[in-house]
Amino acid sequence: MANDKTKRVIIEPVTRVEGHGKVSILLDEKNNVTQARLHIVEFRGFERFVQGRPYWEVPVLVQRLCGICPVSHHLCAAKAMDLIVGVDKLTPTAEKMRRLMHYGQTYQSHALHFFHLVSPDLLFGFDADPAIRNVIGVAAKFPDLAVQGVMMRKYGQEIIKATAGKKIHGTGAIPGGINKNLTIEERDGFLKDLDQQLEWCRAALKIAKDYTLEHLAELADFGSFDSNHLSIVREDGAMDLYDGNLRAIDAEGKKIFDQVDPRDYHTVLQEEVRSWSYMKFPFLQKLGPQKGWYRVGPLARINCCDFIDTPEAEAARKEFVEATGNKTCNVTMAYHWTRIIELLHAGEKIKELLHDADLQGTDLLAKGERRGEAAAILEAPRGTLIHHYKVNEDDQVTMANLIVSTTHNNEPMNQAVRKVAADHISGKAEITEGLLNHVEVAIRAYDPCLSCATHALGKMPLEVTLLNADGQVVDHKAT
Amino acid sequence: MSNTITFTIDGVEVTGQPGQTIMEAADAAGIYIPRLCALEELSPHGSCRVCTVMVNGRPQAACTQPIADGMVVENDTEQILAIRRDIIDMLFVEGNHFCMFCEKSGNCELQALAYRFGIAAPRFPYLFPKRDIDATHPDIFIDRNRCILCGRCVRASRDIDGKNVFEFVGRGFEKRVAVNAEANLADTDAAATDEAVNVCPTGALLKKRVGYAVPVGQRKYDHKPIGSEIEKK
Repeated sequence: MANDKTKRVIIEPVTRVEGHGKVSILLDEKNNVTQARLHIVEFRGFERFVQGRPYWEVPVLVQRLCGICPVSHHLCAAKAMDLIVGVDKLTPTAEKMRRLMHYGQTYQSHALHFFHLVSPDLLFGFDADPAIRNVIGVAAKFPDLAVQGVMMRKYGQEIIKATAGKKIHGTGAIPGGINKNLTIEERDGFLKDLDQQLEWCRAALKIAKDYTLEHLAELADFGSFDSNHLSIVREDGAMDLYDGNLRAIDAEGKKIFDQVDPRDYHTVLQEEVRSWSYMKFPFLQKLGPQKGWYRVGPLARINCCDFIDTPEAEAARKEFVEATGNKTCNVTMAYHWTRIIELLHAGEKIKELLHDADLQGTDLLAKGERRGEAAAILEAPRGTLIHHYKVNEDDQVTMANLIVSTTHNNEPMNQAVRKVAADHISGKAEITEGLLNHVEVAIRAYDPCLSCATHALGKMPLEVTLLNADGQVVDHKAT
Repeated sequence: MSNTITFTIDGVEVTGQPGQTIMEAADAAGIYIPRLCALEELSPHGSCRVCTVMVNGRPQAACTQPIADGMVVENDTEQILAIRRDIIDMLFVEGNHFCMFCEKSGNCELQALAYRFGIAAPRFPYLFPKRDIDATHPDIFIDRNRCILCGRCVRASRDIDGKNVFEFVGRGFEKRVAVNAEANLADTDAAATDEAVNVCPTGALLKKRVGYAVPVGQRKYDHKPIGSEIEKK
């Protein structure tokens, strides 16, 4: 609880993440951290907006949650609506077009995060001058790298356009299938640039791997903690970003549950609401809210899967697992390396799909018998995404529940903030911008998408902090 | 009496037949006059006023005003374009038009007109009216959030389908399209094959489960602006 001698440091907004959030750190008179929290200050409300709307509208409506990975919501809602229209299996063309769309978005999203959001921290150092520690600084000092980032993101965005109709907020996936195939011209356009793209993936992998291994001593403990991990995996245990069943493991890699059908997600996951954040706190039902929180996203996926079904990414995964001593990795900063393994995997998958003639098929839509309820899961770039809907006999949505990647990572991000604040800020005589950036670095590792993640409608404290000329808190009010 | 009538639109001489409206004669001459309530197969209604033109210096609806010899019509002037832009702007804020997820997007005449007039965002404050949805019919969906009260469905149901499924009720801001039943559309004899369902210029009256079947890039107004089919005549 804040008292007269408590100092409050606010990092607002948290930069180089998607959406708006802030961090508050409470310090006692000796600058010891007494509390550190990540607050999410946006409100989403989509679960309410969607009520009453016809079910076929939902995949296009809900993707407006976000402009970075709208394809995740588009596809996850479409997968749920496939089940609503009674379609358990898509036509090969529809399934592969959707997968191509999904790998295209994973590709662009991971490239955006690595090259534009994170590389300034890795290339210049966590406490480098903020004037150069940004994407413009990267473009000035490492122009080739900056251009690669732009070109890789463009490649992924063009794939989204060819499969969804638009680079952002397309309409491609419809209940039961897809509304277009891939033309020969579109395919050949992508094939032309593919080798160069894969070459850039390999180079990015080298940067991420070398950076992590060279700085392992300092990174291993940076914002790190033991946690459970969650993702979907294919029936044979392979990584599958588009479809699969839930698997959760503990910090040592022991399975907590495995092959849970997406429709039964609510039997293994629960959500908790806390008064100071719009974001809910999900946990594994079996372990309860105290011990049941878990991580999702690239690190969790690499930890959860038994193997990757593309050769270069699998070799990279093996190298990663070897570096962690064949154990489940709980190093927060290892997210970056695993994210780039997935970038390469997405590139390889795009190659595999572009050579598949099913993409030029004309059987786009399957039909079935209407159902009233459906839940679907996919692995968005930032982690596991769950969409759950109920639809009435008049075709209107009556209930929607979305658990998005960043929501799963809510408690882990708070853990990371607490850990970094305790390790790097607590007891320091002077709290510099560089030290505060350490907190943001830990949050950025999760690639959070804050605008997607907020849901709980609760009391959000409005905080005003008055600092004197020396930066000391002289007054603080909270509602 | 002569069988042709000669008049001018923006100084260009146009000939038409007696009994034709300004809009009919202009269409035949390849001159586009924007419209929302007017439709070739329906009787004129004159309600949306988007087709407003100056006739001998006075504003008139081109869809209802018959042509006359020597008439001077102004269509493509700054003054007229500003009036039409205001009307379109007001139609957007008067309802709840969320183009970003509307399935009619790309095929919507209201949206297409906004693009033609370069309207990127409304200049008037949104009214956010509370409008209802009628999803009770197994094959047809009414979303009154998108209704612009053009009356096309009312006229098509009455004059083409011979059913009288739709009618206006209320006045002024309370005006809305009602259905010919105690409660809902499901209680009427409306069918998905009715012409009334096809003529809606916006996404207010839709066939169910069509959604986004037509991909972006193949929709009616994806490549050419509304009115270009008349202008190329």
